Amino acid sequence: MIKNNSQLETRIVTALVNDKPGVLNRITSMLRRRAFNIQSLAVGHSEIDNLSRLTVIVEGGDDIVEKLTKQLHKLIDVIKVNDVSDDNIVSRELALIKITSTPNTRNEIIQLVSIYRSKIVDVSANSIIIEATGDDQKIRALQDLLKNFGIIEVIRTGIIAMNREKINKRKEI
Amino acid sequence: MNNEIIKNGSQMVCESLIKENVDHIFGIPGGAILPLYQVLPEYPQLNHILVRHEQGAAHAADAYARATGKAGVAFATSGPGTTNLVTGIATAQMDSVPLVAITGQVGRPAIGTDAFQETDITGITLPITKHNYLVMETKDIGSIIKEAFHIATTGRPGPVLVDIPKDILQEDGIFEYPQNIDIRGYKPNIAVNQKQIKKASILIKEAKRPVILAGHGIKISNAYQELLSLAEKCQIPVINTLLGLSSFPANHYLYYGWPGMHGMAYSNLILDQADLIIAVGMRFDDRITGNPEKFAVSAKKIHIDIDPSEVGKIIQVDVPIVSDAKTALKELITNVKDKEHSEWLIQIDRIKNNHPLKLRDTQKLIPQYIIKELHEITEGKAIIVTGVGQHQMWAAQHYTFNEKNKLITSGGAGAMGFEVPGALGAQVGRPDEMVWSIAGDGGFMMTMTELATIAENKLPIKFAIINNGFLGMVRQWQELFYEKSYVSTSYNGIPDFVKLAEAFGILGIKVTDKKQVKSAIQDAIDHDGPVLIDFIVESEENVYPMIPSGATVEDMMEEPTSQEIK
Repeated sequence: MIKNNSQLETRIVTALVNDKPGVLNRITSMLRRRAFNIQSLAVGHSEIDNLSRLTVIVEGGDDIVEKLTKQLHKLIDVIKVNDVSDDNIVSRELALIKITSTPNTRNEIIQLVSIYRSKIVDVSANSIIIEATGDDQKIRALQDLLKNFGIIEVIRTGIIAMNREKINKRKEI
Repeated sequence: MNNEIIKNGSQMVCESLIKENVDHIFGIPGGAILPLYQVLPEYPQLNHILVRHEQGAAHAADAYARATGKAGVAFATSGPGTTNLVTGIATAQMDSVPLVAITGQVGRPAIGTDAFQETDITGITLPITKHNYLVMETKDIGSIIKEAFHIATTGRPGPVLVDIPKDILQEDGIFEYPQNIDIRGYKPNIAVNQKQIKKASILIKEAKRPVILAGHGIKISNAYQELLSLAEKCQIPVINTLLGLSSFPANHYLYYGWPGMHGMAYSNLILDQADLIIAVGMRFDDRITGNPEKFAVSAKKIHIDIDPSEVGKIIQVDVPIVSDAKTALKELITNVKDKEHSEWLIQIDRIKNNHPLKLRDTQKLIPQYIIKELHEITEGKAIIVTGVGQHQMWAAQHYTFNEKNKLITSGGAGAMGFEVPGALGAQVGRPDEMVWSIAGDGGFMMTMTELATIAENKLPIKFAIINNGFLGMVRQWQELFYEKSYVSTSYNGIPDFVKLAEAFGILGIKVTDKKQVKSAIQDAIDHDGPVLIDFIVESEENVYPMIPSGATVEDMMEEPTSQEIK
């Protein structure tokens, strides 16, 4: 399934929206009604009071993402929309992965986790919770490796994305 | 302390409506909205028309808006009152009509408790409104109503619903109506992109076989004169969409009908042969395009629409112009030079002559003949309101719209039953004009309860029921695509509409013979008050031409000649 997913073309759209009750409902209602396929949607406070930033990962090519940005923009509570797929961006996702562990496997797990620069955030008698941050590829790769130990539960926040400073500007600095 | 600005929530609503120049409201009271109704006598400028069903309120307010260009206003109480508005709101949304619905909600403490007559109407109408509000603080009433009217009437118009809890309607507060408005996420007045105007002008200059496809946007932005000027300046033929009818004079030599599933054969053929389509204020509805991949493939397309999300939604266009129709047409007129297309006009006249819109010569009483006579007797001056189905298509085909804004019909939503409350709203909006409601027997029975409202208010609306005893359009599909298997489309037990009219105190006339048509129409016009004519027509008449759903112009069925023998 995951492999199938990775073959699909996806695009990253970010939006600045009013931080008011019901706004997320308006957005998801539009996505459902217009039959957009989204892989993830992450939303949280922005640096501006009363505005939230959201990141949507949508399946499809240029035409789909163009329709999505226009439909998002049409919502009164959406202030600004950007398709950042082709921009120079940093994108990250946080995942918590709970796997079975025994005294025999614990060391191996710790090694793997450190190679992936992830963290162990909980160790219980029969399981370990790992916190991993990175782009989609890294999290999938880690998840693949951990599969052999027995994955109990995975939860992911969805991707968030941010533009880097424009390259010519960075040179000046 | 200045006591004058202390108002209760209900008074604030009324004050706000007056600031927005509202003069008519269609609605029905109920528990949650009662405080608002109780202050209405303090505001005699607000004429409330008590309808008999909330669907009637929404359709009437919609038709009022289409007839006047102002926002229409509907009131309803919480729960079933608001859910009854839903069909009318969806209709206004599909056809870009400025409708402001103000609904009562249960008091704030009761919200979310499944209280008596509590319905989440902002949730329900979320996908069928341009925007909606649940007022949670009394001090917000003024700014929310101001925003509601601003959003409903600007840009691409649409319905806005404002849901107000009962305790807010009762609560006192300081009333402030904002002077200015600034909605961060809503800036519809975009200046026309001059680059695109230049590109469009070049396409118009180079085109050999251009067509203007003019829609509802012409009427909404009052661009009648600009459309006429551009067409005449460049000698470009004009084809209307259904909602665009009466935006360009049908007796003009550059007018070539309307296309689509039941449009004129020649209009479809002309679009198919065009090398440039200038689409203005329309959205390439599937009833026009059929299969969009095969729609007007030899034509380049300029698409003028105020809603950016409509550009490229169905059809890939060569030059998109995001603007209201009037502004864009004005810009185009100044950017193009005079042109002639005499060869093209000869060519399309030939198409028109070879594929004319037919009116069968028969002694039987057929709907097309009735509409034709209605047009002649009213000299095309009536406002025509229709329902949805066969009679709607015949009305659009055979009533020739030479004057501005004369057709009011449910296009995108296709809401049967629009014909009765729609006529009510149109007549209230334009009291000095003659309103004819061309109704189907099926649709009429859905909303005929509003006859009571029409009689009560002495509105001189004339009804022409095209009574074929069937859900006619559905029957036609069954005949053509389901081997004449007429499942649930034939009505057994249609009421005697003449007696029904009389029961409401309305003059009823029955017509069963072709010879009675003219005098019945004349009698209806001469009668001072509402009249209902029940035309008992041929029951299995079909609307032609027809392009089946999702098909192309090559699949068009023109009127079979064998029809005459049948």
